[in-house]
Amino acid sequence: MATYSLHVNDQQYQVDVSPETPLLWVLRDTIGLTGTKYGCGIAQCGACTVHLNDNPVRSCSVPVSAIGTNKVITIEGLSEDGTHPVQVAWDEIDVPQCGYCQAGQIMSATALLKKNPDPSDRDIERAMAGNICRCGTYKRIKKAVLAAAELANQKGGTE
Amino acid sequence: MSAINKLNRRSFIKVSSATGGGLLFGFNWFISSQATAGTSASAAAFEPNAFIKISPEGIVTLMAPNPEIGQGVKTAFPLIVAEELDVDWEKVQVEQAPLAPEKFDRQVAGGSGSVRSSWDTLRQAGGAARSLLVAAAANEWKANPDECATELGFVIHKPSGKKLSYGELADKAARLPAPSDVKVKNLDEFNLLGKRIKNVDNKAIVTGKAKYGIDTKREGMLYAIVERPPAFGKKLKSFDDTETKKTHGVKDVISFDNKIAILADSTWAAKKGREALKAEWEDDGELESTAGHLEKFKAILAAEPEKNIRKDGDVKSAFSKPLKIIEGTFEAPFLPHSTMEPMNFFADVKENSVELYGPTQTPDRARKAVSELLNIPEENISVMTTRMGGGFGRRLKTDFVTEAVQISQKVKAPVQVIWTREDDMQGGIYRPAGMYHYKAGIDAQNRLVAWHLKATAVNSGNGTRENNFPAGAVPNFQVDFTNLESQITTGAWRAPNHNFIAFTEESFLDDIAHAMQKDPVAFRLELLEQAKASPAGEVAYDIDRYKNVIETAAEKAGWGKPMPEGVFQGFGSHFSFGSYVAQVADIQMRGSNFRVLKVTCVVDCGIVVNLSGAETQVEGGIVDGLGHALYGELTFENGATAQKNYDKYRLIRMKDTPEMEVHFIKSTENPQGLGEPGLPPIAAAVGNAIFAATGKRVRKLPFSRAELG
Repeated sequence: MATYSLHVNDQQYQVDVSPETPLLWVLRDTIGLTGTKYGCGIAQCGACTVHLNDNPVRSCSVPVSAIGTNKVITIEGLSEDGTHPVQVAWDEIDVPQCGYCQAGQIMSATALLKKNPDPSDRDIERAMAGNICRCGTYKRIKKAVLAAAELANQKGGTE
Repeated sequence: MSAINKLNRRSFIKVSSATGGGLLFGFNWFISSQATAGTSASAAAFEPNAFIKISPEGIVTLMAPNPEIGQGVKTAFPLIVAEELDVDWEKVQVEQAPLAPEKFDRQVAGGSGSVRSSWDTLRQAGGAARSLLVAAAANEWKANPDECATELGFVIHKPSGKKLSYGELADKAARLPAPSDVKVKNLDEFNLLGKRIKNVDNKAIVTGKAKYGIDTKREGMLYAIVERPPAFGKKLKSFDDTETKKTHGVKDVISFDNKIAILADSTWAAKKGREALKAEWEDDGELESTAGHLEKFKAILAAEPEKNIRKDGDVKSAFSKPLKIIEGTFEAPFLPHSTMEPMNFFADVKENSVELYGPTQTPDRARKAVSELLNIPEENISVMTTRMGGGFGRRLKTDFVTEAVQISQKVKAPVQVIWTREDDMQGGIYRPAGMYHYKAGIDAQNRLVAWHLKATAVNSGNGTRENNFPAGAVPNFQVDFTNLESQITTGAWRAPNHNFIAFTEESFLDDIAHAMQKDPVAFRLELLEQAKASPAGEVAYDIDRYKNVIETAAEKAGWGKPMPEGVFQGFGSHFSFGSYVAQVADIQMRGSNFRVLKVTCVVDCGIVVNLSGAETQVEGGIVDGLGHALYGELTFENGATAQKNYDKYRLIRMKDTPEMEVHFIKSTENPQGLGEPGLPPIAAAVGNAIFAATGKRVRKLPFSRAELG
């Protein structure tokens, strides 16, 4: 067991967990941020995607000991009130069916748009390739990423 | 005693439907709504039935009683009530209702049956409430109710223009007796139904606030991970939990029913504890394999079938005549459900009561199973259904509920059992593997005169759908089935049986059409005409609706028109869960690989309740069906699955998603199923396109195994 000071969604959390514990379980069971989902545990499905210093990572496969002072953003920290352009687009396009994978999808999409505000279809397919949706909402996900890009460009960026 | 209590005792009211007219309906929800009037001096809320609550402040709360697995029922049910109630949808609050069979019918997510079985009830619930609000307003104004209209939560007196809000009328409406005559709207009066309405939980989902079963946290709750047999046909011999108990966070280890549960203060600690467990397993029966199943299937199909399911005319005598014979054998692999939310359940067992909380498609069945297991009366067992990360049939079972209950009972604590993805893929309940042999005969006049299906599948009562088209169109028609008993557990998987048999029927029809040198679409239409002109046995589908989706899909997809270089089309259609679906797949070959470019889909599901929800169900069905047809295959070696997680078991991703165009036939028929019907036809549409492109017939799924070079 060891104590870690984690910077999550602009807050500091002290957690006492074993060093190999994946960030996913620290977020969900220790801190209580359950928006980040468990799907496969081996970085294949993308349901657990969070941002580590703005990069999308699979939190099921990142041990807490590797986080250090890097900033973690989860779906709960994306915006105060669900007004991030990606969240707005996801609602407008009515993307979710069961919705379980969507937190991970949204985190992958926001990370993409931050680096590439005007992605092509191929860019989107590449950036979203690590996220599985068993309900098959991919068409609307792609449409929502494009809509979010447009919204963000109107507002002057995804921040 | 308030007036509403008197209303509650009325178990029947006379209902005249604008479309049906003068019918009597049993309203069990009228008996059971709870009175809130008279409990204090304050104004009463208006709760005319179990679906609706209108507070004196004007807050309209609509209950969603059915399990939400992603099929959109939490939006669709309240939407239908809101339509008839005439409220502002943007201001309505929707609440998931707990299990309450005394108030609600059929709280089940299965068989694409929610909307089609509750359509009338929901409309009348809204209509009855609306007429009470109108009556209350008319009393206020001393006016004739016929002079009143409703709009967005207000009753309006048309001659004077006076209006009162539903909130203002709530207390007075609550004191009126139940209406003797409930009118529902004419279809052309709908304001909400048929439009694009967003999922009511979107905002919660996109902010991470939506709670799924796996997100349940309770004071004193222990997380449980269960070590189950590593293969079908193995049983527990012994185990050593010394190291497990030393694992930080592990609180308890218990053994029951051939399993060992590790309980801990976090999911990860429970998982680490299980890794430290030393369990020994011994053989307990045959260790089955996919190769072994194939051998057994072949032997079964070569022998006399166990049972005849349907027989029209005389296939045997037809085949004794000189006919052109077409044959084909199709193979279905096992499929796991792959719900994105891994299996989990929360149970808190007390001395004579139980709380069940979590993702179940059948809360009622879960409660009955727990009641039987613990010998605790059902009324002492509460069940709350959480939003589910997919169901696809897996959560129709109760094994994961009773397991959580057994553990909670033994450790005397609230428990959440979590299955890892590996636990789920090995732990059972799969779409059954099977083999389907078809034989057809074409006579000298180039007519299909005989059709014989001999089928077998693992642990299936009847792995066929004997009344599917072309049953009814072929004078000599026979379907036989033989079950293959196995230790491997099987169950419903999105569009059970339809999900594979549609591939076989529609591929085989394509084979026959080519053998006859007929266009596959024209051939289907000709068969439907045949079923109409001289039906053979029962015709279990509406011929005109079937024809209409086929013709419309062909027209929308440009069937028979010149295609761009290298693009080929295939056709598939299917009737299931009350809905008619036809699809055209456009594929492009690149060497020995193909890509599905576009799917044109036409659906007749009766009235469309929510266009956005309906469209996404159909598109999702296409993607799901395509994905599993392309890649889905769970195989067994020595009783264990060869695939345990998504590194070896491939699911479809965004780049394989085709362009999709979904058209709904405009209809005044009652709504039919939609969670499943979009899925069955796609595999055949793609397979038939592959045949058009390469001349190769793929009869064994998944397509990724086929050699097309």
